[in-house]
Amino acid sequence: MSDLLKMTATQARNLLLKKEISSVELLDAYQTAMEETKGLNNYVTPTFEVAKQMAMDADKAYSQGTASSLSGLPIGVKDLFCTKDIETTACSAILKGFLPSYESTVTSKVWKSGGVMLGKLNCDEFAMGSSNETSIFGPSVNPWSKKDGNNLSSGGSSGGSASSVAAGAALMSLGTDTGGSIRQPAAFCGVVGLKPTYGRCSRWGIVAFASSLDQAGPFTRTVEDSALIFSAMAGHDPKDSTSASLKVPNFSKAVHAGIEGLRIGIPAEYYVDGMDIDILELWKKGRAWLEQAGATIVDISLPHTKYALPCYYIIAPAEASSNLARYDGVKYGKRIEAETLDEMYELTRADGFGEEVQRRILIGTYALSAGYYDAYYLKAQQVRRLIKEDFDKAFNEVDAILTPTTPSPTFPLGAEVSDPITMYLNDVFTVPANLAGLPGISVPAGLSKQGLPLGLQLLASHFREDKLFSTASAIEKQAEFSLVPPRAAGDLQ
Amino acid sequence: MSVDKHVVKKIARLARIHVSEKKSELLSADLGNILNWIEQLEEVNTDGVEPLSSVNEHALAWREDIVTDGEMPEKVLKNAPENAGEFFVVPKVIE
Repeated sequence: MSDLLKMTATQARNLLLKKEISSVELLDAYQTAMEETKGLNNYVTPTFEVAKQMAMDADKAYSQGTASSLSGLPIGVKDLFCTKDIETTACSAILKGFLPSYESTVTSKVWKSGGVMLGKLNCDEFAMGSSNETSIFGPSVNPWSKKDGNNLSSGGSSGGSASSVAAGAALMSLGTDTGGSIRQPAAFCGVVGLKPTYGRCSRWGIVAFASSLDQAGPFTRTVEDSALIFSAMAGHDPKDSTSASLKVPNFSKAVHAGIEGLRIGIPAEYYVDGMDIDILELWKKGRAWLEQAGATIVDISLPHTKYALPCYYIIAPAEASSNLARYDGVKYGKRIEAETLDEMYELTRADGFGEEVQRRILIGTYALSAGYYDAYYLKAQQVRRLIKEDFDKAFNEVDAILTPTTPSPTFPLGAEVSDPITMYLNDVFTVPANLAGLPGISVPAGLSKQGLPLGLQLLASHFREDKLFSTASAIEKQAEFSLVPPRAAGDLQ
Repeated sequence: MSVDKHVVKKIARLARIHVSEKKSELLSADLGNILNWIEQLEEVNTDGVEPLSSVNEHALAWREDIVTDGEMPEKVLKNAPENAGEFFVVPKVIE
């Protein structure tokens, strides 16, 4: 059946329940698409055999009437989630060959719900990057392209997760978002990307980057699918003391709840210099769409927005410099032999970490070192509180906030790597939500004049992902974004 | 602002990352640019603002002080570049 790739997860699940299709058939279609789109460099470790077994198990569950919410649905996993006995590298040379003896909580929950693992997906090294170009495996390529045919970035850090879903090489995928690493690539590739509230999903077993900011989330083709997989991922985990012991509501209901009477904020400070004109127009459209769907638009102010990026580039590297201390050539991964222990550490880390990762470790070490701690780290934490308080005030007035996801559409590979700050600016609209711990979602909402996808972002207050699903669904309905990228698998076209 | 080459060396030493002479010059400009850009935070008045280290407002949960995991030296050592028996092996540290 050649339409298998065109189905949303929700549609596929209904047909699986009716036994009109089988999990093995569905998996075959996706594995063929994975082969066909190999040139996009999305899968760093495909898990064909594991997938086959999981799909057969899912078919058995359907025939015995014991299927769960994700049974038989093919899912790709960012190579930042530890997967038991399957190589997990964080796309870094220092972790090449690492075989975890445990499974991350989020992936175990997804497999327990019947999900079928397609393989591990490309990302920036240790999730540090906005274009997937810091990966030791080379960049993931965006299935969208301009007329010139040059390879475009999938965004980052979860580039492979976004690109695979857009290209029809995964029905859904898992990613992580520390400063925009789900929402930005989702916008660049024209798919739905959700960054849940900090504490909603367990971080246990995910390679840590910045522990006070990291959150796992899904990539899907529709908002409804996002709610479906997110419900399986979320929930308290005693192994992550920062995961919230709150009941996980039925998010699928929220998708169809409507937005009549909701108040949507438009923050003045998100009009930034150098913003793409297509994005400004789309933002206006989004505003009108929500109004037509019955919401009230309110102009709001988030005065400290401008300081979110510099604040983030102290806090995230500081936490990273501490988290990445564990890669020392002793316990796992790479080692460069040397005479003394210190030399061994220094050579191993110089060889095993890429340039951007080293840069961030050094910035973080500097910010935390004696004499600079107050001026940088403490100052950044104070600014972080002001940013959070801006949102607290705003959410007294509104139910959700509408912004563009990124200031521009995607860019050619190689275009921004030379200047770290230009690269950092990609995350100007996404970073504030991480600093404040808020949930955010990016919905594909249109194309630029050059034919590249653009996303709109919605933010809500802590643990109100339900409001994201309702508003994102309203945008999705009116935007009618159903375009297929030119380099997607043939059966998706 | 540029970060002095000696400062780069000092940070690199703290971070246990070997930095060559040539690389420390490149990094000195690179880190200087980033820190310059970060210094715009000084514009913000943060007098009396309590630093925010975690957005998690729930008090951390308590649990019984009991062993929940362990007794698996093979698994712990499985990925080590070098081990002997139940130990990690590192270059000699005591003369």
